[in-house]
Amino acid sequence: MFWTSYFLAVLALVLAWPVPVLLSRAAWPARAPFTAMVLWQAIALAGGLSMIGAMLIYGLEPIGDNLIAGLRALAGMVFLNQPTTALGFWHLFALSAAALLSAHLVFTLLLTYVKIERQRRRHRELLALLASPSSDGPGTVVINHDSPVAYCLPGGARSVTVLSDGLMARLEPAELRAVLIHENAHLSQRHDLLLWAFAAWRQALPWFPTTRYAQLAVNSLIEMLADDVALRSESKATLIKAIALVAGGQAPSVSAARPAGGEGSVTGGFSTTGSFSATGGADSPRTTASRVSRLLSPEPPLKPAYRAMVLAASALLLAAPTALLIVPGLLG
Amino acid sequence: MASLGELERAVMDLLWAGQEAATANTLRDLLARDSEAGGGRAGHQGKDLAVTTVLTVLSRLEKKGLVERERGTRPHRYQAVSSREDHTAELMHEVLGSAPDREAVLARFIGSVTESEAATLRKLLGEL
Repeated sequence: MFWTSYFLAVLALVLAWPVPVLLSRAAWPARAPFTAMVLWQAIALAGGLSMIGAMLIYGLEPIGDNLIAGLRALAGMVFLNQPTTALGFWHLFALSAAALLSAHLVFTLLLTYVKIERQRRRHRELLALLASPSSDGPGTVVINHDSPVAYCLPGGARSVTVLSDGLMARLEPAELRAVLIHENAHLSQRHDLLLWAFAAWRQALPWFPTTRYAQLAVNSLIEMLADDVALRSESKATLIKAIALVAGGQAPSVSAARPAGGEGSVTGGFSTTGSFSATGGADSPRTTASRVSRLLSPEPPLKPAYRAMVLAASALLLAAPTALLIVPGLLG
Repeated sequence: MASLGELERAVMDLLWAGQEAATANTLRDLLARDSEAGGGRAGHQGKDLAVTTVLTVLSRLEKKGLVERERGTRPHRYQAVSSREDHTAELMHEVLGSAPDREAVLARFIGSVTESEAATLRKLLGEL
């Protein structure tokens, strides 16, 4: 039991710091965004699992030879008032920490979902009143705004893609198609689920490097995945031009897009922008820059053999802690 | 019968266009007139539209924080909380701001870019 918890602790540590740092610096994810996405998910899941598993196994060590026997003995103590003298202070501490961390992760996941859904519902309500349907297809609406903006608001059957007047005025039909295909790819590939999970992951453990790196990487990888879908039907030059037109037209108008209410609301909006751009300025531009450079000087996709290796490593990453936790109990 | 969503939109359009607060009766008459002027497309629901339906729509809008009522008078008079432009600005603020928790709410075609990066992209555009 002891070496299992030791191994899981080391795995959790490695997945919390050096691995995400190295992966976030690696160049190959741009050549295989889907594979990289799978790896990030494996890192996050295996990281959480080994963190909780390490504490659980350590805490249960005195009362069971394996996880299942230990949990059974623990259940006896909790529900049947069996003597708890076998558990020392640090074992109880580890068990409490494991329980708290598990609850914290699940709770944050749910809370993040509720928050996101509430914002989306409010946004959808306003869109229903402000935007008008577009001729570009069902689920596409146009909003009266001068800066070139395109985004999608996920919501299952009520998903909607929003374009601004400013965008429609600036883009040629082919560029507009590229934008729409890009946004629809976000919706059809359910990128909202990834955004939700990794936003919750970061929210739950904000001081862990892995959660920040993972969220940044995922944000950028979904853009690459959506770009790749757009490239299937539109040319590279069209997509680059669309990106450049939207990015070039957007920046100056970010500050102009503050609510045009009284003086108070202008300054209020401005100060919040200041604090947002602290993160936005550091995170998002890299995404746009790496997208454009990826399109301008494309490198060949990662060789299938390497991709298979990464996928196998992801599977192993998940399988190892799971097996360590469960298999001894099944054998014993 | 038009859906509540369509009616909400029609009522907001009237309130945004009008200068002053309106009663449910006034709004009902305006909606009826609009649907007659709109010809067959909107159907005859304008004539059948009951004041209670308009009141339902108004209370839904009030709950959403889009409409406020003056309670001093009878019947109550309703007005938009803020202008259409302010609401659009609010939406765009939500879209263009880049708070971490907003990144999960919607997926933008382009995230926020710095001024220098926008300049680089504009230069690139000139070369394309």
